[in-house]
Amino acid sequence: MARWGMVIDLDKCNGCQACEVACRSENNIAVGGPQAASEHRTISWMQVRAEVEGEWPDIRSRFVPQPCMHCDRPPCTLVCPVQATSIDREGIVNQIYARCIGCRYCANACPYTVKFFNWHKPDHPASTEPGLNPDVSVRPVGVIEKCTFCSHRLQKAREMARVETRPLREQDFTTACADSCPTGAIVFGNLDDPTHRVAELSRDPRAFRLQEGLGTEPKVYYLSRRD
Amino acid sequence: MTDLEIVSTLPQDERVLLMPLVRTTKVFWRWAAVMAAVALWGAVAYVYQLRNGLGATGLNTPEYWGIYIICFVFFIGISHAGTLISAILRVANAEWRRSITRSAEFITVLVISFGAVQPILDLGRPDRVLNIFLHSQPFSPLLWDVLSITLYFTASSIYLYVPMIPDLARIRDLGLRPRALYSFVAIGYHDTPAARQTLERIIGILAVAVIPVAVSVHTVIGWIFALTLKPMWHSAIFGPYFVVGAIFSGIAALIIAMAILRRVYHLEAYFKDVHFNNMGLLLLVTTVLWFYFTFAEHLTVWYGGEESELATLYAKLTGAFAIPFWTMVACCFFIPFALMARRKTRNVTGCVVASVAVVIGMWLERFNIVVPTSLHPRLQAATVHYTPSWVELSIMAGTLAGFVLIYMIATKFFPIVSIWEIQEGRELSVHEVSERVASYLPDDLAAVER
Repeated sequence: MARWGMVIDLDKCNGCQACEVACRSENNIAVGGPQAASEHRTISWMQVRAEVEGEWPDIRSRFVPQPCMHCDRPPCTLVCPVQATSIDREGIVNQIYARCIGCRYCANACPYTVKFFNWHKPDHPASTEPGLNPDVSVRPVGVIEKCTFCSHRLQKAREMARVETRPLREQDFTTACADSCPTGAIVFGNLDDPTHRVAELSRDPRAFRLQEGLGTEPKVYYLSRRD
Repeated sequence: MTDLEIVSTLPQDERVLLMPLVRTTKVFWRWAAVMAAVALWGAVAYVYQLRNGLGATGLNTPEYWGIYIICFVFFIGISHAGTLISAILRVANAEWRRSITRSAEFITVLVISFGAVQPILDLGRPDRVLNIFLHSQPFSPLLWDVLSITLYFTASSIYLYVPMIPDLARIRDLGLRPRALYSFVAIGYHDTPAARQTLERIIGILAVAVIPVAVSVHTVIGWIFALTLKPMWHSAIFGPYFVVGAIFSGIAALIIAMAILRRVYHLEAYFKDVHFNNMGLLLLVTTVLWFYFTFAEHLTVWYGGEESELATLYAKLTGAFAIPFWTMVACCFFIPFALMARRKTRNVTGCVVASVAVVIGMWLERFNIVVPTSLHPRLQAATVHYTPSWVELSIMAGTLAGFVLIYMIATKFFPIVSIWEIQEGRELSVHEVSERVASYLPDDLAAVER
């Protein structure tokens, strides 16, 4: 059984935000526009956050691309009253848009603030329609959404492997953000398979996870020479 | 004979206490119209929100919860006025309870539905609310909340209704209108000594049973916050802290209701200075308890010094939320403590001033719990603010007005002071209490040794 995870090398990330853009078009994320931005209601499953430490001129900063951490012990799934979010056997934390009642309890329970709410009816302007991804459902107003580790790609890859009667290979399935990263900072794969690069990288001495002390066991690892 | 003539000829207790049922003043209609208009405006605002989604609120990322959740905690807190206070006083055999229990129990039953509806107003998909039963996830504190509030509503409705049966039977026998209503709700009760004994036994059991249910309700509401990992929410003290806060605001709401009822229905003889004095003492005790819990909570956070917890704490103490925080401390501690600690200011006016301060302060307390924590997530301090929209404020005003309106209407159909319990007090309790006191006194040694 796979345990899907991600390693993001912060020493390689140059903050270009290609991952954000790739994620938006892959996952049919609504166009918020200036109004949503001014109201702090934009949705971005993958966010490159700038982390700044210290005071000028003694300043250190870096970019931290942040998707859903797909925690092994997710605080968000526990609190959902209708089981609209749960962790599947392969460790992907999923969302059922058609069941979510929009209470936003999971968004509050998430210590990483990576769950997003559709405050308005998601806007997909006519010009973006031809580019919508037919593999990903668009969300209705009033539900929570977040990064799914591009699980629709996993479904496709798995079908393909079955048709070709062979096991799923590492190169069969990766996420849109990892695909698009020009510096190769984002690596995706099966953490439990020693032949996958993520398995090796996640054991790198530079590896750490966000808010490790909370015991949420995230499956997104970061590599950095400092802390 | 009209209803008014029937009531006018009755002896004092029945005459005074049934008068509001048969005589309605112009002032009542005027206030009812105002309350109905505000409630209607709230309903209009909700329809607007239904059509436009929760975008009509001032909420955002990461301020996922706002006015509706604050009001949820606030109204359910007020609902502890009745059942809990009345049950505790009954269990403790506090004789001065007789004239205040009914008005308290009515607050509980009527405000609880207005509180319970708040999370539904807050849902992004209210059309899917029944998923809570279809796809129940038993580990969700929200589900525990649905269960405990439903149980509490049921228990406190029964606890309001059962002690009202003798009064309803009396009204039925007097033939007041609407006759069909009273003969239906009196369920064929006849006030014989045997019936009275059974009734009192049931009330005794209900009063004990309802206390843990009431405690569970606000504990679970505290847990909704405390079971997340959020800074200043993730705290073991939240269950009991919320219960104390609920009783605190409940007592304050009851004092305000008593003062208004006393004035508009001329119940000076029933809500006497001693009642306000005693309620004021209860308010004083809960004021001190509230301060103790609040101090313990904030000291622990400050001393622990964890980064994200401190960011939230300082936002309250000296930062963006200093005004609501210190207003809360003044309203919940300094004002009620200063007024209630002195016998001289523990009069009707003093109690009402303190209670209004407490009710405002306890609303602010919930604001200070919900908003600063939301705006200080563990990762990446948000530069966001939360300004409630006109929709949220209208719905809040509408909810409050709706509650007041329904309470006003209730006083027109049901005696707001328990008539039979007052009469029982006059006839039996004076004797019973002196016997009880006599039984506390030391036995006669000579008699025991023999």
